[in-house]
Amino acid sequence: MHELSIALSIVDIATEAAKENGGGKVDALYLKLGRLSGVVKDALLFSWELACADTPLKGSRLVIEEVPIVIHCSVCDADRTVDSMNGFDCPVCREPAAAIVSGKELQLTALEIL
Amino acid sequence: MMSAPRLVQVRENVLKHNDVLARSLRQKFRDAGVFVVSLVSSPGAGKTELLEKTMKSLIRDLRVGALVGDLATNNDAERLERSNAPVKQITTGTVCHLEAQMVEDALRSWDLDDLDLLFIENVGNLVCPSSYDLGEELRIVLMSTTEGEDKPLKYPTIFNTADVAVITKTDIAEAVEFDLEKALGSIRCVRPGMRVFSLSAKTGSGMDEWIDWLKERSAAAKEPELTHVSAVNFSIGT
Repeated sequence: MHELSIALSIVDIATEAAKENGGGKVDALYLKLGRLSGVVKDALLFSWELACADTPLKGSRLVIEEVPIVIHCSVCDADRTVDSMNGFDCPVCREPAAAIVSGKELQLTALEIL
Repeated sequence: MMSAPRLVQVRENVLKHNDVLARSLRQKFRDAGVFVVSLVSSPGAGKTELLEKTMKSLIRDLRVGALVGDLATNNDAERLERSNAPVKQITTGTVCHLEAQMVEDALRSWDLDDLDLLFIENVGNLVCPSSYDLGEELRIVLMSTTEGEDKPLKYPTIFNTADVAVITKTDIAEAVEFDLEKALGSIRCVRPGMRVFSLSAKTGSGMDEWIDWLKERSAAAKEPELTHVSAVNFSIGT
């Protein structure tokens, strides 16, 4: 359960980014969250209000876009979305994944400022 | 009058602060020729036992040291001090993982030039440590034979971010009906091509191969052009 410290990092980065972009009230934060990031969406949302309390971000919305795990299969020569968390073998040919294309994201992509 | 909301692009990694610090630590370790290995596992998988035996063996040929993370107590550091290597406990309080800042702080009183190999034992936890780069060259994940063969499938993130796996407590494998082939299959499924050691720190079985490998890798770290190949990769995507 490290989502609260992740939430506090988001608050820091967003506060700084808002300041660099002319200030204003941050209404929404857009976050890309990979299913392989090790961070749980619900726990992060649960921590959000607490992390923002007594900061300029109080009352802001954290909008999370979950990013699926996509692997590259060298046999199919294609990128495949892995729908379960039961390993990263190619869902079509069962070959072990050659690489993980996406799913590790933990990135603040944008802010909506009023 | 209220102005229309505006959208500002940020594109910042949330753990940027930790990542930047970890990268500078990694560079510092490389410049000093210190090979840094971190250990992660669930509580009770045998990190401290493996480390104690490993350091006792390595200390004959190498200058080894260890940082050990725990929520509370100095018990692990006291145990590891029996190996006569320098050891420092990092007590995290309620924090469930180590961060690069804790590693930097702990190393402040140490001279890296006095070390060949540094172990960083993370807090026993298979979830949170996966998000934090500590500046290590290699991350080793341990799983004991008592934990079940499907541990890698249950915790794919930590196994995927690790470079090497060690299966511990093989001396009781038979008693707990551990199926090695099945475990290797689970590991392959989440981290194809991962190097796996299988050993018992208690009986010493499989320890030679592990120790020799550490010595080889540590020696290679002294020759900068040969390293950097399997550095822990925390970048997003590929």
